[in-house]
Amino acid sequence: MAFIDLNKNEIQAKIVYYGPGRGGKTTNLLFIHESMSKQVCGKMVTIDTKGDRTLFFDFLPLSIGKILNLSIRIQLYTVPGQVMYNTTRKLVLRGVDGVAFVADSLRVQKQKNVESLLNLAENLTDEGLDIHDIPLVLQYNKRDLMESNIPLLSVEEMHEDLNKDLKVPAFEASAMRGNGVYETLREISKRTIKNVIQKVGGDLK
Amino acid sequence: MSLIVTREQILQLESIVGKELLDAGADHVIIVDMSGNLIMQQGSMHMEDIFSLAALSAANFAATAEIAKLIGEEDFSLLFHKGDKRNIHFSRLGREHIIITLFNESVSLGLIRLKLNRAIEQMASIFKGLEGKNKWPL
Repeated sequence: MAFIDLNKNEIQAKIVYYGPGRGGKTTNLLFIHESMSKQVCGKMVTIDTKGDRTLFFDFLPLSIGKILNLSIRIQLYTVPGQVMYNTTRKLVLRGVDGVAFVADSLRVQKQKNVESLLNLAENLTDEGLDIHDIPLVLQYNKRDLMESNIPLLSVEEMHEDLNKDLKVPAFEASAMRGNGVYETLREISKRTIKNVIQKVGGDLK
Repeated sequence: MSLIVTREQILQLESIVGKELLDAGADHVIIVDMSGNLIMQQGSMHMEDIFSLAALSAANFAATAEIAKLIGEEDFSLLFHKGDKRNIHFSRLGREHIIITLFNESVSLGLIRLKLNRAIEQMASIFKGLEGKNKWPL
């Protein structure tokens, strides 16, 4: 649920990076945090286990400029991808305004991608949202592994598995190297803010 | 659905927070929604990471509500963490909001809770409008 403060002329919106475990959601946020100026990007908070898996969520606040004289503040969250943490994912999805789904290009993760997307649809339904209506973009991550001998899913195959029905923008990415990270962020931010402004447009006048 | 707060509503909230909580000795008061958005803040502390605090507070509240369900409660309506020098008190405000009060060792928890009850009562009409009439009181 976006929050609009007419006292400070500011919009706050929540974007959640969703996807299967070890798919690169946290890496996306880390790249954004490390490469953006500190004026734009606040402190990144990570609640993870002793290993490299997200336990609860990662959080990164961004100030990305002005639209219609309103300052735009975006809060980026990730969810834990592991199947068993569904309760946590539902908590993080609470009040979500937009979703970036980070799919893993590894061939062995084919089924996990599909399961995670179905889980997203279910959890959005519980929030009273429809996956077809909410601002959503897909990211096909780990494309850099094409250079090694690790079997990857083709972009066409990922599109067939994940985007045939949704028909949303999809970006090839390597979050480790930063390729596609900003394209994904830019598109989901644009769609989310546009959606918020459309919904409340009448109330703002 | 989006929440829109007007300048008048923020001024009303600031007036209640100032009169009931800051005057009673609280250092800083923050209101957030359950999604982690910062609604307002007021007080004497310089909070650089206020947005992280808002997000973590909402998450803390939600996680604790899940613990409550495991022991047969719907949720816990207040939480309190005691530090060496500074304490933090979280209280539910309507269904969708949390009021966070930071105070130091010179102020008693009892006084903060008393003042918070008064503040929440006065804020009821504002949040009734924000959250919808059916969702207030708790």
